[in-house]
Amino acid sequence: MNYNWNWHIFFEQNPTGAGTYLDMLVAGLLLTIKTALLAWVIALIFGTIVGILRSLPSKTASWIGFGYVEFFRNMPLLVQLFLWFFVLPELLPRAAGLWMKQLPNAPFWTAAIGVGLFMSARVAVQLAAGIASLPRGQKQAATALGLTTGQGYRYVLLPIAFRIILPPLTSEFLNTIKNTSVAITIGLIELTGQARAMQEFSFQVFEAFTAATVMYLAINIIVVTGMRFLERSLAIPGYIAGK
Amino acid sequence: MFDNLDFDVIRRSLPYLFLDGMSFTLMLTGLSALGGLVFGTMIALMRLSSYRLMGRIAGLYVDFMRSLPLVLVIFWFYFLVPYIGQWLTGASRPIRVGAFTSSLVTFIMFEAAYFSEIMRAGIQSISKGQPAAASALGLTYSQSMRYIVLPQAFRNMLPVLLTQTIVLFQDTSLVYVLSIPDFLGAASKVAQRDGRLVEMYLFAALVYFVISCVASYGVRRLQARIAIVR
Repeated sequence: MNYNWNWHIFFEQNPTGAGTYLDMLVAGLLLTIKTALLAWVIALIFGTIVGILRSLPSKTASWIGFGYVEFFRNMPLLVQLFLWFFVLPELLPRAAGLWMKQLPNAPFWTAAIGVGLFMSARVAVQLAAGIASLPRGQKQAATALGLTTGQGYRYVLLPIAFRIILPPLTSEFLNTIKNTSVAITIGLIELTGQARAMQEFSFQVFEAFTAATVMYLAINIIVVTGMRFLERSLAIPGYIAGK
Repeated sequence: MFDNLDFDVIRRSLPYLFLDGMSFTLMLTGLSALGGLVFGTMIALMRLSSYRLMGRIAGLYVDFMRSLPLVLVIFWFYFLVPYIGQWLTGASRPIRVGAFTSSLVTFIMFEAAYFSEIMRAGIQSISKGQPAAASALGLTYSQSMRYIVLPQAFRNMLPVLLTQTIVLFQDTSLVYVLSIPDFLGAASKVAQRDGRLVEMYLFAALVYFVISCVASYGVRRLQARIAIVR
């Protein structure tokens, strides 16, 4: 393979004049984490609401939940980001559209909201499945104790359902982190974007992508390990994964 | 709201969008699903084999692929495939690889990791008595896999495999990052040429939505029909 390896490239000045190539990649890594965290918060909030809607006995509520999930699941994430980024400002009233377009960090907000809503549909499906997997007695006992529907969800159903779906939620969180890289198409220079920029500036393709790969692997290992601790500390003794 | 939009641009570009763009997307989806399935099954068999080392290697591959974003993998292979080609053919310089071949290799290698997990679950869902009965009948390991285990595993896993293929169909839109004219790439080209982003992206979203909805409805129907009664 006649490729000129140069691992020292990371410590050379990058052409933007602000630090080394390694600094570029680290900035990308931080932006990836920031975007993913905000997106994950959005995904959890909306996913919980829609997941509860899907599990309610009301026909209307479950139809709304179904429609929401189908809407966000049946379009590629890339297309959804384009809709938020290019299409929505044009369809809004002039002033609002202009405000959106001139927003500082528009790619960041669009990415976080777009990825967040995309992932919220998946969280909703997981949560609805988690609630459905609870024995019927849980809900009935809550009602028998005089809890309202809201209280029943708050104090009985959700705490257990979330514990059950913690492992799939871990992989959805990892997917959220990975999916932020799609925002490269709307100009978010996160980790993949910085690796690509470094490749264009320095022509050291494989070093740049190797570094990004290592960083993604590190994030993965940290999240998986952290979630394993969380699972262990949240486990109810004698229940599901409890010991 | 829609007063200064020109939806005629869609009608004018229909042949390009579907004959060039959508046919690229569908070809890429179909061939990647087939290739991913073949390699995925092999990886699943490796993971379940009694040779520890082989299982370990396959497991590492799957974990590795699954922890990387597809966009990064697309870039990796885009730059790597010419070198792999050079190595395979013994050419003196990195060979030129077309956009289609490059993305096909990417998606096959990437999807193989996901398909292998599905197939592994499918193979594990077959009760132990099946391969045991097969070996009692004198079938070799490969015969038992070929005639007894895999056909049942495929059948059990068909809905999941097809759902994964729908995800794959949506994911192929990411070749956009290489400026390849798949369906979305074609729509985007027209959009930028004619300054009609809103119309073209809305239309692309609608097309993806309708195809995915119809396909996942089909999968649900199929699931209900082929479920083995136990």
